Amino acid sequence: MFAVQFRRDWLSLMRAKDEAINPLVFLFLAATLFAIAFGGEPQRLTGLAPAIIWVLVLLANLLSLEALFRRDFEDGTLEQLVLLAEPPFAAVLGKVAVQWCLSGVAMTVLAPMVALLLNLPVGVLPALMLGLLLGTPALSLIGAVGAALTVGLRGGGVLLALLLLPLYLPVLVFGVSATLDTMAGVGAAAQFYWLAAISAMALTLAPFATTAALRISVEQS
Amino acid sequence: MMFDDWQAFIAMGGHGLYVWMAYSAAVALLIANLSGLRAERRRIRRQLHDQLRSRAEEGSDASQAP
Amino acid sequence: MTLKEFWHRLGSPKWFYQMSGRWQSILAALAVLLIVAGMIWGLAFAPPDYQQGNSFRIIYVHVPAAILAQSVYLALGAAGVLLLVWRMKMAQLVLENLVGFGAWMTALALFTGAVWGKPTWGTWWVFDGRTTSTLLLLFLYFGLYALRRAIPAREAAGRACALLAVVGVINIPVIKYSVEWWTTLHQGATFKLTEAPAMPASMWAPLLVNVLGAYCLFAANVVAKLRTAILRQERGAAWVREWALRESTR
Repeated sequence: MFAVQFRRDWLSLMRAKDEAINPLVFLFLAATLFAIAFGGEPQRLTGLAPAIIWVLVLLANLLSLEALFRRDFEDGTLEQLVLLAEPPFAAVLGKVAVQWCLSGVAMTVLAPMVALLLNLPVGVLPALMLGLLLGTPALSLIGAVGAALTVGLRGGGVLLALLLLPLYLPVLVFGVSATLDTMAGVGAAAQFYWLAAISAMALTLAPFATTAALRISVEQS
Repeated sequence: MMFDDWQAFIAMGGHGLYVWMAYSAAVALLIANLSGLRAERRRIRRQLHDQLRSRAEEGSDASQAP
Repeated sequence: MTLKEFWHRLGSPKWFYQMSGRWQSILAALAVLLIVAGMIWGLAFAPPDYQQGNSFRIIYVHVPAAILAQSVYLALGAAGVLLLVWRMKMAQLVLENLVGFGAWMTALALFTGAVWGKPTWGTWWVFDGRTTSTLLLLFLYFGLYALRRAIPAREAAGRACALLAVVGVINIPVIKYSVEWWTTLHQGATFKLTEAPAMPASMWAPLLVNVLGAYCLFAANVVAKLRTAILRQERGAAWVREWALRESTR
């Protein structure tokens, strides 16, 4: 079920490429804005770069989550998925996995370039990327609950941000501080364990919550 | 009583502004909360009365009609 | 009456309505009595703190508000579980009606905290562990409110909010831990409310009175909101009409 759903979503996203690419473009664009706004003082950016990158990753992730269930909701596949798929949470997990590949993994791969724009030292890159790789699954998984709750609602985008950003805070805190501590030459193992733990917790709980949320959204429509 | 007179009580050892600001916010919220509950109850009671009255009038009209 | 029977009756709006009239008056009266007594005690009779002087008296409104802010959210989460698992009608009413109360209490806790911070630490706001997690709690309340407003169908809105409240309750410990960890590690301990020297009884007794009063206010709000919501929901039922008739003859 997981594999089937994964393949299906992957193919449909490959067909509608801009939907997957736009959040990544947003990430670059916003990072460029920060770099330009700081003008002639790139060294001042260095200390802020981890915070900027992580906040932008949070926002870019939100942007890509909005579309997670929308098309399936509109053409009725979502209803079948929730009512007929056995077990539905495996299918849900498949959808979230695709979303993670195109947001979390893609952003991890692109992070060095964003870091370059923001004058982050090269030595910190492994820590930044490891943090992103461990933290973004939690963002996608928790985000899926919010996306499922708001699918089909008018003004869903802002609502999604309002619902999810408070829940994203722990990932932000541990992600930023892991990068900062590495920059300061202090070990950041604790933060990486925390990011992994949060993602593991999200992996065990969020698919069930997402399935329940989808049921609620599908039943009311 | 920890204060010698009313003036000292109001002044709160120089922190009067802050102490009274916090307490007045709390009291205002308490009053707003309780009176809001009461107003809501009144409103629904009035609604129910109107509903009952109009239903009673409809009923008497119906009995006179034939 | 066995416990199971009580449980079923609690889920029945009619039974609850008939039983709760007296509870509400008692709870509201008790709340006002305790809070007023605690405030006067705290303002006039508790000794001033040897370091903070009289600004410390703000504790008597700040702490009860902060405790309620968290308790109400926990209650919403518990109601969420009841609604999702057992589809209990009353739980939906709790979820619909107590978000505003909780948000106001959180706002009061933040406001009194700021007002307390200014004379004591010289700043209105600082991102320490507690203030940050209380601020986030306020955003969680806003989220619940916005979600309910966004979903037109009432039952779906109730269940969606129930799910969100449960997710929020699971996340609150993680959020709290993360911000506490962050602020203690990176800012150095600017101040710790928890490490205030052990208070003498003359100081904490009024606080206890106010906290009890706050819980009574909470309970009175729950009962009152449920009662009006029940009347609105069951306005077509025979027993509600009888009630309205009896009230109008008074």
